[in-house]
Amino acid sequence: MSDTIALDVAGLAKTYRSPGRDVEAVRDLTFQIRRGELVCIVGPSGAGKTTLLRCIAGLLDLSGGQIRLDGTAVTEPPAGMAVVFQEYGRSLFPWLTVRGNVELPLKEKGLAKAARAAKVAEALDAVGLPDSADAHPWQLSGGMQQRVAIARAIAYEPSVLLMDEPFAAVDAQTRADLEDLVRTLWKRLGVTVLFVTHDIDESVYLGQRVLVLSNRPTVVLEDVPVDLPDDRDQLTTRSSPQFTKIRTHVYELVQSAKRGERPEVR
Amino acid sequence: MTTTTPTMPGPAALRPVRATGRRRQPVLGLLGCLIAVAVVEALPRLGVVDSRFLPPFSTMARSLGEQLTEGEFWTGLGQTLVGWASGLAIAMVAGIVVGVVIGSIPLLRAVTASTIEFLRPIPSVALIPLVVLIYGSRPQSALILVVYAAFWQVLVQVLYGVADVDPVVRDTARSYRFSRWAIIRSVVWPTAMPYVVTGFRLAASVALILEITAELIIGVPGLGKSIGVAQSSGAVPETYALVLVVGLLGVLINVCTRAVERRVLRWHTSVRGEA
Repeated sequence: MSDTIALDVAGLAKTYRSPGRDVEAVRDLTFQIRRGELVCIVGPSGAGKTTLLRCIAGLLDLSGGQIRLDGTAVTEPPAGMAVVFQEYGRSLFPWLTVRGNVELPLKEKGLAKAARAAKVAEALDAVGLPDSADAHPWQLSGGMQQRVAIARAIAYEPSVLLMDEPFAAVDAQTRADLEDLVRTLWKRLGVTVLFVTHDIDESVYLGQRVLVLSNRPTVVLEDVPVDLPDDRDQLTTRSSPQFTKIRTHVYELVQSAKRGERPEVR
Repeated sequence: MTTTTPTMPGPAALRPVRATGRRRQPVLGLLGCLIAVAVVEALPRLGVVDSRFLPPFSTMARSLGEQLTEGEFWTGLGQTLVGWASGLAIAMVAGIVVGVVIGSIPLLRAVTASTIEFLRPIPSVALIPLVVLIYGSRPQSALILVVYAAFWQVLVQVLYGVADVDPVVRDTARSYRFSRWAIIRSVVWPTAMPYVVTGFRLAASVALILEITAELIIGVPGLGKSIGVAQSSGAVPETYALVLVVGLLGVLINVCTRAVERRVLRWHTSVRGEA
């Protein structure tokens, strides 16, 4: 059983310490994500979603608990992980072309030139930007820039893909396209995806499960399974009664999280 | 000095105005030069100023023409340029290396900050007695003054540049497991580039000022020394002619550094906004 677990978060706690004031951001988070799963995390704003994600990415030291990726404790950014940040405009390097941006992590990984070129072309093709390789990121629209960031992540071939509110800053139509892109890539590549969002509809539409977080200090409020058919569609899925039911449930959970409701102390 | 730090492009609404402004600017600039030349020509001829102190422009130009045929002038120009360029190069390399190292290590930065703030404002010319004591009127004297003056310009800019790395970019690089050296090479360096270029532009002008000063005051061989010699022998048109050459040199250096800036910073907002 344990070898099917990709990401194991056990008793994660994070307190930001500064002289004279400690802020307890995450109290006790425990959850597991199986290999190849697509799990969404939602919570009220300020719930420590980004803190959680940065801990999992190995960008932030833990105050307690443990995170294991494929059985190995995460103490620094792990090799099998790629992160797509919300701020695509700042995450992409403006001095490099689209190709350069996607290629650079592969270069650092030590891949040969020919292999890099093939992977870059493949990744850009997969996100629907085969003709933009020579453009600079700032010449592209916001949605296209986020596609480049996604291409960079998938070209890296991670076993786990972390996405931190990646579509929070794009318009609604682009957002729908990008959501479908994530579903498509997830199915095609078999990658494990952990998708953090504040958008309840998005979490239900994308995920196989939705983890609802409490407000600060954060714990998991409920692990909601999303029993929607695997083939999802912006129109029919979103208008199905089952979608509405789950969405309503998650919405109520988030509302109660905002009111400060927490699970019973174990 | 006509140098300024690069400014952000103005609001989009201003662009069309700037576009036509840019097309007319060279014409207007040329017109301004012609007017200045005409005034310098007219003032002594009309007797407003004594032509012993300000000869007409044509006299200066004739003197310049004569000097251009003399080997001595070219030797002086060469010495000035070599002194300027080598001092600038040393200052650039030292400023960049020291800046990146100090800027990358917060502890080092905290320790050195007050020392840098103390040493930086010391005018290079205040070191003239010291370098004369050590090197006399040899080129090393000028070199030290040039390096000292230019180094701080570069260092301070590089320090700002290194500190300007976007946290998201840093996180991105870390999450893709870039090594420390890779982060410096492919994240810190490109981020600092606009600042380095600004530092280069500032340092290039300051270096020229100090090179000429050293030649003029200490007698280090070069155009500045020629100006001093011309002045002490009462050759007023020659003096003016040489001053004009130094001025042109300054303009040329500024034009070149701006071209370098545009090329290196194609991707930067301050450049691409005008593209």
